[in-house]
Amino acid sequence: MSQPLIEARDIRVSFDIRRPSDLPWQAPAQLHAVNGVSFSLQKGQTLGIVGESGCGKSTLARALIRMLPASGSLIWEDGTDLLTLSPRQMLKYRADIQMIFQDPLASLNPRMTVGEIIAEPLRTHRPKMGAKARKEKVRAVMERVGLLPNQLNRYPHEFSGGQCQRIGIARALVVEPKLLICDEPVSALDVSIQAQVIGLLEELRRDLGLTIIFIAHDLSVVKHLSDDVMVLYLGRIMEKAGSDELFADPRHPYTQALLSAVPIPDPKVERTKKVVPLEGDLPSPMRPPEGCVFRTRCPKAQSLCATMPPAHENGTHQTMCHFPGALAAQG
Amino acid sequence: MALLDVENLTVRFDTPEGEIHAVNGVSFTLDKGETLGIVGESGSGKSQLNFALLGLLARNGRTGGRAMFDGLNLLDASARQLNAIRAKRIAMVFQDPMTSLNPYMRISEQMAEVLMLHKGLSKRKAVEESIHMLDAVRIPDAKNRVRLYPHEFSGGMRQRVMIAMSLLCHPEILIADEPTTALDVTVQAQIMELLADLQRDFNMATILITHDLGVVAGFCERAIVMYGGRVMEEAPIDPLFEKPTHPYTRGLLDAIPRVDQGQDALRAIPGNPPNMAGAPKGCPFAPRCGFVTERCWAETPPLVAFDGARARACYRPIEEVAA
Repeated sequence: MSQPLIEARDIRVSFDIRRPSDLPWQAPAQLHAVNGVSFSLQKGQTLGIVGESGCGKSTLARALIRMLPASGSLIWEDGTDLLTLSPRQMLKYRADIQMIFQDPLASLNPRMTVGEIIAEPLRTHRPKMGAKARKEKVRAVMERVGLLPNQLNRYPHEFSGGQCQRIGIARALVVEPKLLICDEPVSALDVSIQAQVIGLLEELRRDLGLTIIFIAHDLSVVKHLSDDVMVLYLGRIMEKAGSDELFADPRHPYTQALLSAVPIPDPKVERTKKVVPLEGDLPSPMRPPEGCVFRTRCPKAQSLCATMPPAHENGTHQTMCHFPGALAAQG
Repeated sequence: MALLDVENLTVRFDTPEGEIHAVNGVSFTLDKGETLGIVGESGSGKSQLNFALLGLLARNGRTGGRAMFDGLNLLDASARQLNAIRAKRIAMVFQDPMTSLNPYMRISEQMAEVLMLHKGLSKRKAVEESIHMLDAVRIPDAKNRVRLYPHEFSGGMRQRVMIAMSLLCHPEILIADEPTTALDVTVQAQIMELLADLQRDFNMATILITHDLGVVAGFCERAIVMYGGRVMEEAPIDPLFEKPTHPYTRGLLDAIPRVDQGQDALRAIPGNPPNMAGAPKGCPFAPRCGFVTERCWAETPPLVAFDGARARACYRPIEEVAA
C-alpha cells in the first residue's frame, strides 16, 4: 500500500476533572475520553467512526484538527507529525484538513452573509487572493454544492437545514482540503434531506478525490458512505474492519448489539429479528471498568474479561475482544 | 365505535409573519388497544396535531374540526373537562425526558403528585404506587431511586420514569411523541421493547409519533404518513411498507439507508420542506413530487379509501405510482 494520507497512532485525549470536594493541592481526576486510538487512512478513502454518545467520537475529531490537546502521533502524508507542530506551523496544514459540523445553523455566523461565510477561509488561507478571484471561487463552490450563486447575499436564517449544511460544506471545500472531517453532518436533518446531503458527499468524494472521516451514531448512514468502519466505546476501539465485512460479519459483541438495535423499515424483518440485549447503562467514563471496558454490559463476559484488556490486533478485521465471533445462542 | 374519532382537524397559528397552517384537515380513528403510528418529517404537523387533542397548543394556536373521545369533543372542551381527561385517560410521553421532568422535584414527589391530584390518594399510598410503576418499567432498585432527582438518572432511565409517570392512572390512550429520538440506538431498542410490553399489559391504545419509519415498522399495527399538515397515506403496516402507494411514502422509503441490505445509491427526494405560511393550495407535496400533474397544483387531493383499510390522498393512479 502507498503512503497513507494520514496515520494516527495511539491517540489519547484526557480531561482534568476537578470535583467540588477536591482540595486545592490534590491532582485533578483524569477522564480519558479517547484512549489509544490508531488508524491509517489512504487517499480517497472514507473512514466511518460510529459509537453512541460518550464514546469519544467527537472528541477524537476535535483532537485530529488540534482543537483539543492530544498525545500520540498524527502523521501527515509528508511525514510530519501534526501533533508536534506549533500553532504557526500548523497553519500551513489547516487548509488541508477541514471540518463540517452537526448543527448546520449553529455553525454559521448569523450576522454574516453566505458569501462572506464561504469566503472567510480564503481570507485566512489565501490572503494574497484578489477580491475578484475570491468571489469567482465562492460562486463556483456554491454551484458545486447545489446552492444558487444569486443567494450570495442572503443570511443563514433564510435557508432550510439542508441548505445550511450545504453552506457548511461549501465553506469547508473552498480551500480545497485533502481531508474532510464530518462530525454527524446529517443527524439534524430530515430523512428526505439527509439523503440529498449524503448524495452530495458521495459525489464530492468521487469528483474531487476527497478523503473523508465520517463520524455518526447512525450505523446505516455510516454503512452507506464508508470504506472502513471503526466502532468506538468509552474512548476505545472495539472493532475495525472494511465496511462490507463489518456489517456482514460483526465479530465484537458490542458491534453485534449496536447493529441489532437499529430499527429496520420493514415490518417483516422487525418481527423476526433478534435483538442482542445490552444490560444497563454506559458506565461512568471517570471510572471505566477494569479489563475490557465493555464487559459490564457484554452478554459474553467471563472472568478473563474483568482482569485483562483484550490485546490490540493487527490485520484488516480487528476485534478487541477475548471471545469474538457469533453469539453462542445464535450460532 | 372508535375510542377516538378525529375529523377534519385543523391547527393554525397567528404570527406576526402571517397565519401558519400547521395541520390542514386531518381525520383518523383510533380503536381500543390499537397501536397507531403517525409518521412525518419536521413541519409535517404530527406533533401539533396531538398537542391540539390535549389542549396543549401555544397560545396563538387555533383549532378547527372535531375530535370525539367518549362523547366529548376534545377541541371544544373546557380546561376543567380536559383536566379530568389529561394524564388520567389520555396520557402523553414527550421527546426530551430532561425538559419534561421538573429538575427541582424528587421523582417520588413528581409521580405522587399525579396520583394525589387525579385519584385522591394519600401521599404515602401514592409513593407506594409510584414505586410499583417504576418496577413495571424495569428501573432497578426502584424503592431507593424514587427519592432521587431527575439529573441523577441517565437519559434512558429518565424516559422510563416519564413512561412510568404517564401510566400511573392506567390511561386508555397513550400518546408517545418521539419517545426515543433523544436516545442512543441500544437504549432506544430497550425503550421500544418496554413500550410494546406495557402496551400489551395495560391494553392501551397507543399513538406513536415519530420521524423514524423503522420504529413504526417494529411497533405499530397501522400508520398514517403526514406531509405539510395533511395525511398523505394511511394503511396497516405490512402493505404500507410492502406496497406504498403515495409518491411521498415511496420517496421516504427509498431515501432511508439500510443496515440490513446493500444499496447502490439512495434516492433523495429533491427540493426543500414545505413553507407552512399562508393558505395551502393544491397538494403540499406537489413541488417535490416526481409524478406531479397540472391538477395537483390547483386542487388538493382528498383522502380516498381503497382496498378496505387503506386510504391515500393523491391524484395519480395507484398502479402508476406503485409500479
